[in-house]
Amino acid sequence: MSTDEILSFEEAMEKYDPVLGFEVHVELNTKTKMFSSAPNVFGDEPNTNVNEVDLGMPGVLPVVNKTAIESSIKIGLALNCKIAESCRFARKQYFYPDTPKNFQTSQYDEPIAYDGYLDVELEDGTVFRVEIERAHMEEDAGKLTHMGGATGRIQGADFSLVDYNRAGVPLVEIVTKPIEGAGSRAPELAKAYVAAVREIVKNLGVSDAKMERGNVRCDANVSLRPHGRERFGIRSETKNVNSLRAVEHAVRYEIQRHAAVLDSGAPVIQETRHWHEDTRTTTSGRAKSDADDYRYFPEPDLVPVVASREWVEELRATLPEPPAERRKRLKADWGYSDLEFRDVVNAGVLDEIEETIAAGASASVARKWWMGEIVGRAKAADVDPGQLGVEPATIVELAQMVEAGKINNKMATQVLDGVLAGEGTPAEIVDKRGLAVVSDDGPLLEAIDAALAAQPGVADKIRAGKVQAIGAIVGGVMKATRGQADAGRVKELILEKLGVTV
Amino acid sequence: MAAINRDDVAHLARLAHIEMSAEELDRMAGELAVIVDSVKSVSEAAGDDVPATSHPIPLTNVFRDDVVGHTFTAEQALSGAPDSDENRFKVPAILDEA
Repeated sequence: MSTDEILSFEEAMEKYDPVLGFEVHVELNTKTKMFSSAPNVFGDEPNTNVNEVDLGMPGVLPVVNKTAIESSIKIGLALNCKIAESCRFARKQYFYPDTPKNFQTSQYDEPIAYDGYLDVELEDGTVFRVEIERAHMEEDAGKLTHMGGATGRIQGADFSLVDYNRAGVPLVEIVTKPIEGAGSRAPELAKAYVAAVREIVKNLGVSDAKMERGNVRCDANVSLRPHGRERFGIRSETKNVNSLRAVEHAVRYEIQRHAAVLDSGAPVIQETRHWHEDTRTTTSGRAKSDADDYRYFPEPDLVPVVASREWVEELRATLPEPPAERRKRLKADWGYSDLEFRDVVNAGVLDEIEETIAAGASASVARKWWMGEIVGRAKAADVDPGQLGVEPATIVELAQMVEAGKINNKMATQVLDGVLAGEGTPAEIVDKRGLAVVSDDGPLLEAIDAALAAQPGVADKIRAGKVQAIGAIVGGVMKATRGQADAGRVKELILEKLGVTV
Repeated sequence: MAAINRDDVAHLARLAHIEMSAEELDRMAGELAVIVDSVKSVSEAAGDDVPATSHPIPLTNVFRDDVVGHTFTAEQALSGAPDSDENRFKVPAILDEA
C-alpha cells in the first residue's frame, strides 16, 4: 500500500480553498424494518432478524413502515427542509452481496425532504450555516465480514460472510450542498456538523444515534481550488468515517493530500477513499466508473407517499425544542459563564443539571456537584455521569444539609460516596456514620489553642495583617477534629481570639 | 428517446453481469430498438398535460404499523443458500464494488 504525499495543513491553506460536502446516513430506531415487519435490533444472532422480504425472495412485496415515514419527516423539519407533497421510492441497481435483491430501495428524483439548512456552532461560538440539499429515505444493507487474508480487510480475503439482520433497517440519508467558505476551519466544521446532526436525531428520538454502532455514518467529500477561483476542484469521497474525531481527521488529511497532488501538477482523481483510523490516512478505493450507473427507476412495488400539510403540521407540533435553542435558553437561565457552560456541555451533564435544578438546587450548587464531584467519579468508573445513578433529590438533600451547617462540604462528599455505594439516603448515612459538624465551641477553642501553640509565630503574622496565614491554624484544627469542624466557625473563633477584625 | 445502439447494449450487459457474444449484441441492439420504438407510441398518445406516472393504480400511502411480525430462524434463512458458515451466507470475496 503506497503512502501518499501530503502538504502541511498550513501550507495547504495558504494555497487552496477547501469545499466540503457530507452524506450522513442515520439509522432510524423503529421497532421494525423499512419494508418488512422483521425486528430492527442491533447485536442479535446473525440472520435471525430476517424474513422473506429482507432476503429478497421471489414474489414478496415490501410494505412501508409508517413510523419510519414520520421519523423521516421529523428529521426533514428539524433540518428546516421543505417536505415533499408527494414522493416515491426508486430502485438503485447494483450487484453486491450486501443486498440480496440486487437493488437497494431508495429515493432518487423525489426525496421526502429538500432545501433545508442547519446552523452549526463551532467551539468558539461562531455559527456556520450548512445548506441541506435533501434528506431521503432508503434501507440499510447487510453486513459483510471478509474472511481470510491478513488484515480482515477485503484486500486478500478468500471469502465473505453475510448477515442480513441489518438489511432493510430504515435509513435517512442527509446530503448537504457544497459547503464553501469554511477555510482553515473546515476540519472543525466537519466534526461540528456531524455532531449537530447526531444531536438533532437523538433529540428527536428517531435514532439511537450511536456512531460506534453505525447508527450515524458519514461520507465526507473534499475538494480544493486555488483561492479566488469559483469553479470547484475534483473531489474525493471518503467513506464510512464513523466517529466525530475521525471526521475531523479525515477532512484534514484529504485537504493535505489534495494539496500535494495539485502542487505536483497532477489532477486529483475523482474516487472513493477508505479511512484508516490506525494510521489516520486514507487509501484509494475505486475510481468512479460504470459501477456507478445505478439505473434508478421508480419502485413498481410501492405507491407514492403523500404527506398532507395537516400531517406535516401535526408532526411539527410534536418536535422537541432544538438542541441549540435549548442550550441558549439554559445558559441564560443558569447564569453560567461561556467557559462554565461549555464544560458542562462537553461533560455531557446538561440534562442532569437541569433535573437537579428542577428538583430544587440552585444553578451554582447543581454545577458544583455534577462538575466538581460526579463527573470525576464517572470518569474513574468509566461510565457516563448519568449512569452513576445519582438522583437529583440526593444532591438537593446534600446541599441543604451543608447549608444548614449539619455537615460540611468534605463530609458531604463522603456521604455522596456512601450513596453511590448503596448505603442509603444521605440522612441515613449521616446518622449511620455519626457525621456531624462540631458546633460546640469548647472543643474547638481547645484545638485552636493547641494549633497556635504548635505553630508559634503564625499568630503574630495574622495580627500583623497577613490574614491568609490563618490557613495553617485552620488546617491544624481540622486535622485535630478529623474534619468534623466547621471551617468557617473555626476561622471566626481564631480571629476573635487574636482580636483581629477583617 | 435516442435509439438503442450496440454500445448501449454492451454497456447494459456489463452492468447486468451478462456475457454476450458479438452476434448477440448485434441482435439485441435491433430487438431492443424495436421495443423502445413500441413504447414510444405511449408518449404520442399522452399530451403535455399528462404527467408521468410510476404506478398504474391511483393509490398513495399504503402503510404498515410499526409492529414486529414473523422472522425466520437462521437455519430457515440459510436453507436455500449454496454455502454458509457460522450462521451466515458464505459468498466469494468480491473486490471493487463496495
